[in-house]
Amino acid sequence: MNWAGPAEFFAMGGYGFYVWGSYGLAAVLIVAELWLLVTRRRTLLEQLRRSLDMANDAE
Amino acid sequence: MPLNIWRFASPQAFYSLAGKLVPWFFVAAALLGAAGLYVGFFVAPTDAQQGDAYRIIFIHVAAAWMSMFIYTVMAFWCAVGLIVNTRLSFMMALALAPTGALMTFIALWTGALWGKPTWGAWWVWDARLTSELILLFLYVGFMSLHAAIDDVRRADRAAALLALVGAINVPIIYFSVKWWNTLHQGASVSLTRAPSMARAMLLGMLLVALAAWMYSIAASLMRVRLLILERESDSDWVRTIARKEAVK
Amino acid sequence: MTSAGHPRRGLAGVFAAVVRRDLLLALRRRSDVLTTFFFFIVVVSLFPLGIGPEIDTLRAIAPGVVWVAALLASMLALARLFADDYADGTLEQLALAPQPLLVLVLGKIVAHWLVTGVPLVLIAPLLGLQCDLPAAALQVMMLSLLLGTPVLSMIGAVGAALTLGVRGAGGLLALLVLPLYIPVLIFGAGAVSASAVGMDVGGHLSVLAAIFLIALVFAPWATAAAVRIALE
Repeated sequence: MNWAGPAEFFAMGGYGFYVWGSYGLAAVLIVAELWLLVTRRRTLLEQLRRSLDMANDAE
Repeated sequence: MPLNIWRFASPQAFYSLAGKLVPWFFVAAALLGAAGLYVGFFVAPTDAQQGDAYRIIFIHVAAAWMSMFIYTVMAFWCAVGLIVNTRLSFMMALALAPTGALMTFIALWTGALWGKPTWGAWWVWDARLTSELILLFLYVGFMSLHAAIDDVRRADRAAALLALVGAINVPIIYFSVKWWNTLHQGASVSLTRAPSMARAMLLGMLLVALAAWMYSIAASLMRVRLLILERESDSDWVRTIARKEAVK
Repeated sequence: MTSAGHPRRGLAGVFAAVVRRDLLLALRRRSDVLTTFFFFIVVVSLFPLGIGPEIDTLRAIAPGVVWVAALLASMLALARLFADDYADGTLEQLALAPQPLLVLVLGKIVAHWLVTGVPLVLIAPLLGLQCDLPAAALQVMMLSLLLGTPVLSMIGAVGAALTLGVRGAGGLLALLVLPLYIPVLIFGAGAVSASAVGMDVGGHLSVLAAIFLIALVFAPWATAAAVRIALE
């Protein structure tokens, strides 16, 4: 198992910028995608409810 | 009890099935991802030539494989939709596109960050990189065409046809390293030959790739559920769901 | 337009009739045709002005510049391929005709190429001469454009049909079609560049020819399908 301490881990043999730039962006994008999906669902259901309420009020 | 699989072609039935499946795929993605990254960072040895920079391979290869695979699946559902005319097929294709584009972008980005320290260049216009970039354009084109057409049915069918026309790009990406002298390395993993890399690296790559696959399925199923709700919003079952979620 | 159901007028006859009609219409609207042509010339001329008159640089970039200009000019002309017929209902009539839509669409594509592609093939060597390309390279340039511009028309036709009547069709068409043009560009310009430095062009031209054949097989069919989708 290669673990020489947190400093070594983040340095990645001098390539830390590239390695963490890669994984970092991937993580950010994945979180963003999921967050967008969740908010889109919430907004959609709110809109549906609002239009249903308006329909109910109109009756 | 005979399982009639065709009943899941109905958006409503598929909605609830997908809803039950999504959490499991996320769990699988998380577990496989954790395992893969553990193996990749802590078990796999440092590369003799590239040092620790090579560890980008785990996310890069996973994203690249998924970018091609998702396009293929997307094209498949487009073909099914055009042939059998099922609404859900088109919805599934549309749901896959953003995740596919995301994977393509991650592949390109991580590739650039890997290329800089190892090749000395952020980008080269070789066959594989160029065709992967074209893949990103194809995904964007697919989504743009669909968004530009107001009539949903026409949008579905036009975008589906476009996806099929662009599908020729996927084998080009895949075989580009074999057909041309490219800077990008050739295939190290093959179905027929023994792999030419350390076993721990291979294991890490496969685990992260599987994790990416599980994630893509989960995200696409979430998205297709949204599409179903949007398109079926006039129906009673959707209204029931909308009301039920308010009570929570 | 002559009757499409005439018993003695076979498929070839109908095809010729479609080509003739489109050519006639293009001739009447000469300004459209000439605009595309001059657009090509202007774009090619812009590059030396922007990059500088260093003749070695120009010689190196000339193949790419001419080819990119050909791509853009071809795309400019695509919007007209189906738009007018779509607007006045002729396209619907073509789709309803007893002849396969594939053949009729191919006729329109051929007419489009004759009007926009062929002039490019003829004028490109002159522009290449401005950039001091050797004679052999100029020949290869004509040949590559001769093979490539029909492909541009064919692939472009699919895009044009898909975007019929859509908001922002021009920009969207570019987005859809340019990625598909890229292989043609790579091998077309590559052939000319190779010839300019004395390398073998057989490989590039073979691939171009292969792309041409593949496009010939699939593009008219896909275009016809796209037209039907647009007409629904």
